[in-house]
Amino acid sequence: MSAHTPLFEVRDLRVAFGPGGILGEAVRGISLHVDHGEVLGIVGESGSGKSVGMLAALGLQPEGARVSGSVRFKGRELVGLPRRDLRELRGSRIGMIFQDPLSSLNPVMTVGDQIAEAVRLHNRDMSRKAALDRAKDLLALVSIPQPDRRLQQYPHEFSGGMRQRVMIAMAVANDPDLLIADEPTTALDVTVQAQIMDVLADLKQRLKIGLILITHDLGVLAGHADRVAVIYAGQVVEQAGVDDLFARPGHPYTRGLIASIPDMTRMDDRLFSIEGTPPALGHLPSGCAFNPRCTVAQDVCRHLAPQTHVEGDHNATCHFAFQNVVSAA
Amino acid sequence: MTRYILRRLIAMPFLVLGIVTLAFLLTTVTKGDPLTAIVSDRQLNNPEVVAAAKAKWGLDRSLPERYVIYVGNLLTGDMGTSFITRRPVAQDVLYRLPATMELVIAAMAVGATIGISLGVLAAYFRNTAIDHAARFFALFGSSIPVFWLGLALLYVFSVQWGILPGPGRLDARATPPPMVTGFMTVDTLMAGNVRLFLDAVWHLILPAFVLGWAVAGTISRLVRANMLEVLSREFILTARAKGAGEFRVVIRHALRNTLVPTLTVIGYSFAYLLTGAVLTETIFSWPGMGSYAVDAARGLDFPAIIGVTIVGGVIFLITNLLTDIAYVVANPRVRLG
Ligand SMILES: Nc1ncnc2c1ncn2[C@@H]1O[C@H](COP(=O)(O)OP(=O)(O)OP(=O)(O)O)[C@@H](O)[C@H]1O
Ligand SMILES: [Mg+2]
Repeated sequence: MSAHTPLFEVRDLRVAFGPGGILGEAVRGISLHVDHGEVLGIVGESGSGKSVGMLAALGLQPEGARVSGSVRFKGRELVGLPRRDLRELRGSRIGMIFQDPLSSLNPVMTVGDQIAEAVRLHNRDMSRKAALDRAKDLLALVSIPQPDRRLQQYPHEFSGGMRQRVMIAMAVANDPDLLIADEPTTALDVTVQAQIMDVLADLKQRLKIGLILITHDLGVLAGHADRVAVIYAGQVVEQAGVDDLFARPGHPYTRGLIASIPDMTRMDDRLFSIEGTPPALGHLPSGCAFNPRCTVAQDVCRHLAPQTHVEGDHNATCHFAFQNVVSAA
Repeated sequence: MTRYILRRLIAMPFLVLGIVTLAFLLTTVTKGDPLTAIVSDRQLNNPEVVAAAKAKWGLDRSLPERYVIYVGNLLTGDMGTSFITRRPVAQDVLYRLPATMELVIAAMAVGATIGISLGVLAAYFRNTAIDHAARFFALFGSSIPVFWLGLALLYVFSVQWGILPGPGRLDARATPPPMVTGFMTVDTLMAGNVRLFLDAVWHLILPAFVLGWAVAGTISRLVRANMLEVLSREFILTARAKGAGEFRVVIRHALRNTLVPTLTVIGYSFAYLLTGAVLTETIFSWPGMGSYAVDAARGLDFPAIIGVTIVGGVIFLITNLLTDIAYVVANPRVRLG
């Protein structure tokens, strides 16, 4: 670990639901960090707590959720920060984009107004005109043709890919330091997915932002992430540089995820998938949360929560981390 | 969009004609002799009056001819003479309609303002005391009869506490301003009399509230339901992620998305307000169309009844048209699609 302050650092983040947390924890002590110009991929199945975790880090947790732990942005603690101060960070220093660009945009506001709003919320004395000019530049930045005309249109007049570009333009409207993209391509066609990833990669280069890329498809991260955090049932089970992760996955769950990446070069279309389903909120198995689905689980896995094994910049939380390198497939 | 509005506008004259035809048929079916619907009982023995009426409305002619004459008279603004006031019905209407409109518009403003505010608050603070209080307010307003509410509030606020004035549009001792628009609030201002204007507003409060309460209740329930739905949508999260404050999130993003159904219910509540005005005007001695209609019905004043029917019907058509146009204008997906 280097001594400098990371751009964004989450430590032991927990999010519990229900009165007194009675429904259980959706996020159970996540720790991760990302730096300027770096792309951190967060991967995990649906319901693993990726969205809830990142939203809670910015104070956007669902009503009734209890958040604890530490979230530091440029060294400043965000958990427990007054709402007003959090608002100042959101949309200005930290941008966010979501999975479904259609439902994420206000249907009764023009695209121009929505982007201009993002600009003016953090530049109080900027005129509407100037903000719309800025919005036009932003549309051009994310390669939307005819930005002048597009500004006056409503979200439903855009295609899915174009809408996601609008969301990206809005998220980077104030030159943020950090961009959190929550499954930005999941709702899009395969061909459009690649384009959106290119836009994000391009922006990261140009604006030197830190990027957190949330996905449930490890394949998306292969070409785009620098480091990857694998999340299972609200915990980070493995974290490593992307090449290291693919070359030497230390956790059986990661191996399963890698095996489930559709392989374009193989002709048979039989797709591997990890058997079973992740535990429901508040219904964790004893021992390792992954043990009922694990192909290499032993007795100890059913009784004892595993420790985290660290090998340089690579860590995995498994009783048999880095040991059973035989593919689970 | 223009095509839709144009189509609706073209349909208007036909709908109005439909109302007029109905009104005409009313005159032909009453008591067998159409004369009794034009000339009051007291005047039936007066040969001069009877002859004049027969000539004017073509009572000796066939039904279709009479229909044409009737429509022709209407077009010149002639709706016959009231049995009770002995003035032309058109003149009575011109005098009384503004009083009703002033009351209904005030009631609508009260209903919409209170209804929308309560609906938004109830949704944002759902399942709290605020929400329960708003629910009670709405339930009370829509289950208490207008005349009971009117009398009770008059008794409490005017008789007991004396903080609001009694019935009427102005203090009984005040000299009304010359009638220009017929809206007391406007006419007092045009006469440059601010004290009288305040008095007029003062007199409007209670009847407008009585009439608007039920509407406020209906609107608040609808706004609450729509707000709850909209507040759970993803773009609300986007707005918060942009750094928008709660007030902006609720008003500019959420409320604006409930505008279309809200406008619709406000527009359609107009019909309710017009009917409700009848009772409210009677209780508050409001010289409007409602009390005119009550008097006319009581006195079997057919020309007046028919006049009120036509005017009420036309107003109803116009507000529905405006509501539908507003619906289209406020909804970008309909507007452009
Ligand atoms: N308001 C809420 N009340 C109770 N539980 C909730 C609430 N919101 C989310 N959860 C639970 O939190 C868990 C994590 O959800 P989350 O949306 O973070 O998953 P995710 O990893 O983002 O999945 P996906 O890939 O589907 O987006 C889920 O089990 C979900 O049921
Ligand atoms: Mg999610």
